[in-house]
Amino acid sequence: MATRIQFENSSDIGVFSKLTNSYCLTAIQGSTNFYSAFESELGDVVPIVHTSIGGTRIIGRLTAGNRHGLLVPSTTTDQELQHLRNSLPDTVAIQRVEERLSALGNVIACNDYVALVHPDVDRETEEIIADVLKVEVFRQTIADNVLVGSYCAITNQGGLVHPKTSVQDQDELSSLLQVPLVAGTVNRGSDVIGAGLVVNDWCAFTGLDTTATEISVIEAAFKLQGQSSTAVIGEMRDSLIDSWA
Amino acid sequence: MEFTPGPAIHRVLCADCGTPIVPNSANLCVACLRNTVDITEGIPKQASVSFCRNCERFLSPPASWTLARPESQELLAICLKKLKGLNKVRLTDAHFIWTEPHSKRLRVSLTIQKEVLTATVLEQVFEIEYLVQHGQCPDCTKLAAKNTWKALVQVRQKVPHKRTFLFLEQLILKHGAQKDTISLKEVRDGLDFFYSSRNHAVKMVEFLASVVPIRSKTSEQLLSSDTHSGTANFKYTYSVEIIPICKDDLVCIPPKMAKQMANINPLTICSRVGNSLHFLDPSTLQSCEITSPIYWRAPFESLASVSDLVEFTVLDIEPTGNSRGKHVAADAQVALSGAFKSSRPHGEDESMMDYENSSLANQIFHTRTHLGGILQPGDTVMGYFLSNSNFNSDDFAALPSHRVPDVMLVKKSYPNRRKKNRTRAWKLRSIAREADEEGETSNARGLVGRMGGRDQKKVEEDYELFLRELEEDEEMRGAVNLYRAPKSEKPGAGSGLAGGKTRRKAQFEMDVDESEAAAPAPEDEDEGEDEADFPDVKLDELLEDFDEMTLEEPQE
Repeated sequence: MATRIQFENSSDIGVFSKLTNSYCLTAIQGSTNFYSAFESELGDVVPIVHTSIGGTRIIGRLTAGNRHGLLVPSTTTDQELQHLRNSLPDTVAIQRVEERLSALGNVIACNDYVALVHPDVDRETEEIIADVLKVEVFRQTIADNVLVGSYCAITNQGGLVHPKTSVQDQDELSSLLQVPLVAGTVNRGSDVIGAGLVVNDWCAFTGLDTTATEISVIEAAFKLQGQSSTAVIGEMRDSLIDSWA
Repeated sequence: MEFTPGPAIHRVLCADCGTPIVPNSANLCVACLRNTVDITEGIPKQASVSFCRNCERFLSPPASWTLARPESQELLAICLKKLKGLNKVRLTDAHFIWTEPHSKRLRVSLTIQKEVLTATVLEQVFEIEYLVQHGQCPDCTKLAAKNTWKALVQVRQKVPHKRTFLFLEQLILKHGAQKDTISLKEVRDGLDFFYSSRNHAVKMVEFLASVVPIRSKTSEQLLSSDTHSGTANFKYTYSVEIIPICKDDLVCIPPKMAKQMANINPLTICSRVGNSLHFLDPSTLQSCEITSPIYWRAPFESLASVSDLVEFTVLDIEPTGNSRGKHVAADAQVALSGAFKSSRPHGEDESMMDYENSSLANQIFHTRTHLGGILQPGDTVMGYFLSNSNFNSDDFAALPSHRVPDVMLVKKSYPNRRKKNRTRAWKLRSIAREADEEGETSNARGLVGRMGGRDQKKVEEDYELFLRELEEDEEMRGAVNLYRAPKSEKPGAGSGLAGGKTRRKAQFEMDVDESEAAAPAPEDEDEGEDEADFPDVKLDELLEDFDEMTLEEPQE
């Protein structure tokens, strides 16, 4: 089930929130509309945490995480770190990363098993990612963009990648991730998937500009509609890949 | 061999309609993109063009009117100029869509390109409808309302001939000074130029002041006035008087003025008329210039003019060694032309002048002339016969008689040349030539002498004299435009002017034939080639034939 929401008139909700299978982070806002939208969907299932990172609201772009852990950049204050530790479940490991590429959300795209990272990320960071998030790490690009976190969104069910990703690249990436991938857009034609979409294994939130077509692609790609979704994704894959082969 | 399929063509779904498309920068299909953005925004879909129904010209903004045929490039340019927002897009194609002429509509199809969103260029074809608004252009308005002049320039010269105005007409044409004239009229002793605005009249007066010596006077007539706004409506009249002295006139400068002019001999010949007068004393080659303000301080008239010239034959000429410019002083012995004829063909007839019978006829005169450079013994020359003339001038009478020569030679003449009744290879343009005169050649008179046909014969005579003067004076020719005359029906007549060696001979032969047919005096045959120095009008001096010129269309 995908929900369209907006953060203070901006459709780039992926910038202001982080959603995983075990927790959700949202930016601090004057009103609680954004928070409430998450709350109504996720409810009691996962904790939803209001936080800032290094005093900024762009938490979605600065952090990376999955069910097992959360990586925050070096700019994170002790206070914020403490707040996160208090708010998140004990099973979630939280680690501050001394990485030159401090927008961790932009350089890391991960599900609970695999992470794609920027090719220039430090070896130490790579090890931290592997240890904290308990994932296999691959240095990759998406459609020749090094910011893998910005141009794709992946879950354990599937993934949505930059619209210009070639068929070969999609095949290669999906063989690494072991999930099916679909090229698509969010926010009515925007190719910055990571900024327009936050998704976990059972629900997705997209920017308010996202069209019905895009929603249907997203739901199909991430298998968000239960049993019927397999038919849709089969159909979608047919129309997107097979019929053009 | 195994079949390996080529790489799958990569598609995404259009964000709006869901059709598979090749991913582009907007990730929308063209139809959806076009629904979203309108690149023709800001370009009017309807416009109007102004059309003058009299002259059938279109208004090309801002102010010019151009002839443009339907569906022509010019018309398309005018149409596109009318559109405001075209500078914000890239125009790739424009063409007319046919419309019925009476519909007063023009339809133009445009293809434009514009960048939309980021790095997405959209192309669109659309139509614009123009309404053709019929109206009247300012030129036609001026023409339709004939009596709307605001300023008048009255040009006058009080002399018995029209040659000054004939020359002035050519000067005006050469400089395009008639451009703003809405009407002109010939009146006694001059011309009236009418203008729609005062500035144009002032411009004309200034032009006249730059080419001829004038004095002008301005007057205005109040037509209406508005006491509330303090505005008034005037008609302006500029009275321009040209000094009544022409080239080659004999002049006696008032003694006082002559003293001021480097003590020049008062009895002089007017050698040149520009915006000032140049006088030459033939005996000393001394010359002086009198500007028009100085002239009008103490006006004087000419004693005799070109029509009073008498033909002399040069018997002997001896340069004195004194020369100035093109003038060479020489002592000349002259006699009246025909003085020493062995036999008179018709004896004494009535057309002879009195002096031809008198004792003076056989007398030899000694005089000093400025024409030493061009005169040869045997030449004929035109001069003033002073000892036989009577002038009503106090200044002349005051001259001591020993300072008055018997004869003052003025210019060389070419009587043989004149006897040949050949048509000229060139012609002059004239202002506002009437339609019914179009077919004729140089004899067709335009402005001067057309309406003032009081004495048509005299006007024709003046015009012929003017043409001769042009032919004989290269300097004067340089100031006017000569045009190639249409091919004459007589092939021999044109070839005579070309001046090649063989042609010269042929011409001579032809002349003999002609003169024999006309039974001339026998000595004419010998003189045929004497005038080789005749300053012919060269063919390369002539301009190509011109279109009919009228006041309304000053452009060629």
